[in-house]
Amino acid sequence: MKARVTVTLKAGVLDPQGKAIEGALKSLGVDGIASVRQGKVFDIELDGDKTKAEAALKAAADKLLANTVIENYRVEVLG
Amino acid sequence: MKSAVLVFPGINRERDMARALRLVSGREPAMVWHAETSLPEGTDLVVAPGGFSYGDYLRCGAIAARAPVMDAVRAFASDGGLVLGVCNGFQILCESGLLPGILMRNARLKFICHDVHLRVERSDTPFTRGYNAGQVIRVPVAHGEGNYAADEDTIRRLEGEGRVLYRYCSASGEVGDTHNINGAAQSIAGIVNERGNVLGMMPHPENHVEDIMGCTDGRGLFAGLVAHLERAA
Repeated sequence: MKARVTVTLKAGVLDPQGKAIEGALKSLGVDGIASVRQGKVFDIELDGDKTKAEAALKAAADKLLANTVIENYRVEVLG
Repeated sequence: MKSAVLVFPGINRERDMARALRLVSGREPAMVWHAETSLPEGTDLVVAPGGFSYGDYLRCGAIAARAPVMDAVRAFASDGGLVLGVCNGFQILCESGLLPGILMRNARLKFICHDVHLRVERSDTPFTRGYNAGQVIRVPVAHGEGNYAADEDTIRRLEGEGRVLYRYCSASGEVGDTHNINGAAQSIAGIVNERGNVLGMMPHPENHVEDIMGCTDGRGLFAGLVAHLERAA
């Protein structure tokens, strides 16, 4: 089974990388960009049933993939 | 002082740290591999050195913080043992929950590698007793992610409880945005835990301990630890 964990910075946390990318896009003339926040995507393959997979992914995100001081995460089982 | 230096894959400042500890304490530190599950008998001080553990993949220090040896370090710290984390070591201590907050990308995005001035905020702790309160010292920094951040309550507590021990400043000791090299909250360069036995700091005192290094301002930190342990013994 394939799954995806998306880790993003919480609202209000300064994201210097996102800001730099935002500036670069503006200087490249890409119009209409209001703001950019950078995050991370983990594509994960798992065995077992969907309920177990969701629990494992949540544990993975809580234990290592995200630092919940500054980051939020979202878990999706893609089937 | 019987010290132990943690060694993680990718770390590259462990020998600088060992050299400084040997020089100031007169004893050879133990080098402890990340896969160990215990610390050497009679360890007085555990040091998480700088370097780039696991290549800084994921988040700086995140993988090292989950290494087997860190359970032993947590137990050592909760028994009151002294723990020092420098640079990547500071990041590891934050990621492992031994210190609050996190080190984020430098606000101006650049990797910073030069000497900085630090104001020693108080001298009545094991990590600062080699200095006077308000003293300005010069030590090098070398980091891309040293921008200390925590929620407002944590920052308020750190300040209120006098847990900021080192702060970026000018040569004459002024603190402000122009001297805050990485954008850290409150110009924080080093903090201790609630109990005062775990210090994390971004600058490298171990690289200013001998005349040949051009400055010996970092020596006071290690000398203070030795003095503290001698008095406790």
